[in-house]
Amino acid sequence: MATTAEFDSTTRWERSPKIGLRPEPFGALAYHFDTRRLVFLKSNKLVDLVDGLADHESADAAIEAIIEPTDERSRSAHVKALASLAEAGVIEPVAIL
Amino acid sequence: MTATQPAPVPALVEQLTGGLDAPICLTWELTYACNLACVHCLSSSGRRDPKELSTAEALSVVDQLADLQVFYVNIGGGEPMIRKDFFDIVDHAIDRHVGVKFSTNGYYIDKAAAERMARSDLLDIQISLDGFDAETNDAVRGPGSWEAARRAMDNLAEANFGEFKISIVATRHNFDQLDDYKKMADDYGAQLRVTRLRPSGRGVDSYHDLRLTHDQQYGIFRWIMDHPDVLTGDSFFHLNALGKDTGETLPGLNLCGAGRIVCLIDPIGDVYACPFVIHDEFKAGNVRDEGGFAQVWRHSDLFAEMREPGSAGACASCNAYDACGGGCVAAKFFTGIDLNGPDPDCALGHADDAVAAAMGTAPKPSQDHSRPVRLTVKP
Repeated sequence: MATTAEFDSTTRWERSPKIGLRPEPFGALAYHFDTRRLVFLKSNKLVDLVDGLADHESADAAIEAIIEPTDERSRSAHVKALASLAEAGVIEPVAIL
Repeated sequence: MTATQPAPVPALVEQLTGGLDAPICLTWELTYACNLACVHCLSSSGRRDPKELSTAEALSVVDQLADLQVFYVNIGGGEPMIRKDFFDIVDHAIDRHVGVKFSTNGYYIDKAAAERMARSDLLDIQISLDGFDAETNDAVRGPGSWEAARRAMDNLAEANFGEFKISIVATRHNFDQLDDYKKMADDYGAQLRVTRLRPSGRGVDSYHDLRLTHDQQYGIFRWIMDHPDVLTGDSFFHLNALGKDTGETLPGLNLCGAGRIVCLIDPIGDVYACPFVIHDEFKAGNVRDEGGFAQVWRHSDLFAEMREPGSAGACASCNAYDACGGGCVAAKFFTGIDLNGPDPDCALGHADDAVAAAMGTAPKPSQDHSRPVRLTVKP
């Protein structure tokens, strides 16, 4: 039932419709209504990124536009964060019709 | 996290202990009425309280939780299915997108109820079973309770409910059965949940006879580490002291969430810091008060105090304190020992003397709905 997927940052992603997001001082709490998993989004920037993913043609492009990383470390840290969110089912690949 | 962030963000654990706008997870005991009389009942349930929330009040609580974006609520009791409006409350919660995990002894899950439950996506059920065999279970939960729980599991499986949970409170009598339980859960396609026994409710009296021995504490720490798919409700965090030398920590947040990320709404609407501290000292308010639940959660003096950084007290000199955080406040309170000191089940044995000295002096829970013991009168 879990909708987890291998993360490929060169493709387009979106926040799963099965996710509830609750804003918190540290970022947000995400709850997956299918798997009943609770996930912490540990910064407001990461919340913006998850919310804005669908507006960009790839996760990489979303990171460039929303996070505006100044170095490779920051870029790869956000790719890694998204990969773990994909593993938890918080984000899903946008289906190509 | 990165060089692009100008101000350091406090660690997540710090933020969680400082309190959130709404609880992550909340326990709501719907009724003190229960058909069983388990010797370790955390809420001393038995008889219905005449001040129990009405259906309208209960539905309003659901609305309040939905407005606060509480993702799910743990419903318990007493036996929640005894309430005639049980399904009305559950259905309303699910309509409002508040997930329901509910805890039951299974007596009222007949075939029809199982089929009804199987149709609901946001409903999660856990059936309590405190012994793998009837003898071990019924000694704690009462005659016939093992059979009723197994029948409920059979009905859920037959109705294709999916992955329900089998929930056991670890005691010194069922400790050796953990592997059997795991196999039972696997056979049902169910998930096993093992939680810690606390000296709450009627557990104040039964705790000393039921709690794990020191050897068993070590055993269960290892067993949980070896079975990461078993749920624990984060209840064994006090045992992390056992992992300090190997760097091992149990899965979960590993902190006391009382009044910070969890709380309890009891059947008459009183809000307590956690399900295991039904005592006036830990009562923050009532959902019937002006402003409702949110007001209590956000502005009660008690919760403000509980969100302040705690004192390590007598644990300050122990090098395992960072791992266990001093353990469970409720367990300390109801064994009558110092709240700023080791947990009564301190895995390193640092509370053993204090527990022995405090024997018989523990505070009584503020609510007791136990049914009076019936004596047989000879003709």
